[in-house]
Amino acid sequence: MATELIPVYDAVNTTYWDEIKQGRLVYQYCSCGHAWLPPRALCPKCLGTDWTWKQASGNGELVSWVVYHVAYHPEFKNRLPYNVAIVALEEGPRLITNIVGGQDRLAVGAPVRLAIDTTREVPLAQFELA
Amino acid sequence: MHTASMRGRYVIAGIGHTGYGKLGMDTVTLNTIACSRALQDAGVDKDRVDGLFLKTPTSSRELLYGQKVAEALGLQPRWGGAWDQGGAANITLINIAMMAIETGQCDIALVSYADNPRSGSRQVYARPRGNDAPYGWFSTAAGYGMIQRRHMAEYGTPPEAFAAVAMAARKHGAGNPGAQLRKAISYDDYLNSPWVVEPLRRDDCCLVSDGAAAVVVMSARRAAELQVPQPVPILGIGGAQTSYDLPLRDSLTTTEAVRAGKQAFEMAGLGPEDVDVAQIYDCFTITVLMTLEDYGFCTKGQVADFVRDGQIEFGGRLPVNTSGGLLSETGMPGMQLVLEGVRQIRGTARLQVPHADVALVSNQGGVMHTHSTLILGN
Repeated sequence: MATELIPVYDAVNTTYWDEIKQGRLVYQYCSCGHAWLPPRALCPKCLGTDWTWKQASGNGELVSWVVYHVAYHPEFKNRLPYNVAIVALEEGPRLITNIVGGQDRLAVGAPVRLAIDTTREVPLAQFELA
Repeated sequence: MHTASMRGRYVIAGIGHTGYGKLGMDTVTLNTIACSRALQDAGVDKDRVDGLFLKTPTSSRELLYGQKVAEALGLQPRWGGAWDQGGAANITLINIAMMAIETGQCDIALVSYADNPRSGSRQVYARPRGNDAPYGWFSTAAGYGMIQRRHMAEYGTPPEAFAAVAMAARKHGAGNPGAQLRKAISYDDYLNSPWVVEPLRRDDCCLVSDGAAAVVVMSARRAAELQVPQPVPILGIGGAQTSYDLPLRDSLTTTEAVRAGKQAFEMAGLGPEDVDVAQIYDCFTITVLMTLEDYGFCTKGQVADFVRDGQIEFGGRLPVNTSGGLLSETGMPGMQLVLEGVRQIRGTARLQVPHADVALVSNQGGVMHTHSTLILGN
């Protein structure tokens, strides 16, 4: 995979990506009750550091999606048309993802579940229709 | 000072712009041409300018950019620099210039924008989005596609509504000799234009353009003293932004036009019903539809009825983007809309709306992160 398509791992997000490699999706949960992604050093609600990683159930809802008919990077040329979606986890955090399979059956509000392919070079927190 | 008392205290004293399209010039040069023409239009000597407020060129960022442009203009402004707020920056900078003048920090300001992505690099519009790039999350267009999809799902917004925006802009631009794209389109043309990032068609997306546009801002009192020939009063101005990136927002179908518009209308003491002509930032057709809704021109979700049957075309209920907008005149992010608003109030627009007393202009940037609103009128 091209260098610019490999996530930039840092002190804050390494746990997040390591967990995905193991097939688990985690998010940050603060003692103030706020849950979020993407990873941050401080809770964006209370600016505290009393947070822990929690494993997501993997259940979520499709907020919206687009289907690319143009490849903005050569790596995606032979994947056209491919989708990119926004999913809201049942725990609250939202993320950019792909819905694997069923591209012609996508609908706003559709229930989705986590589907990480750990055999990929860079495993991703992808989803499938539930 | 309460914003309402700022109504009419400041004016756009002069406007200037380069040609639009593929120009083969660097952005500093483009800025100097636009600024020079704006000063000429205002009848103001450059040595009186002590504020130079620039929007950062979207496609080619440079350190200390404001100082480079000032040098090329032979200016030593007290206030000068470049500001990044995406496409909302131009009206925001007019706002900042007004505040700087009001507090005595400067007297006469140039606000200018230039970029050259058509002859330079347009990579910025196709850029990978950080650590989401491995999902294939690229480009500015895709974010607006997410918003458009959600609007269609929540309100049943039909293709006809998006087409109405594209058709109006292209119709208005077709007769504009300075426009980059001068070709009207039919509804069938719109439907047949290819998908870029579905649900966005090519005809939903603005142009990629080189060009520059500038305005001179000063107090109404100073404009009278200097006998500026055609000053246009600023009746209202406002701005707002969300820091949340698209995927993190609770709602994809509400924009910062709600807050920015409210502030501008309150300062002007006016409402949507008072607006005679509007220049609405049209980076994508969905932006126009949601901005019209959020300014209160129609009920949320009912914009399809508002734009149907040519109601936003010249001669319709609310003519929108009378010089062609980003979809047809130039894809340059926003200052050209301010210039057309000024022309409408002066009575010098090519498609002049009869008795135009109030012109509204919107700028917005990012993926609907930032918004600014300007109300001009006599």
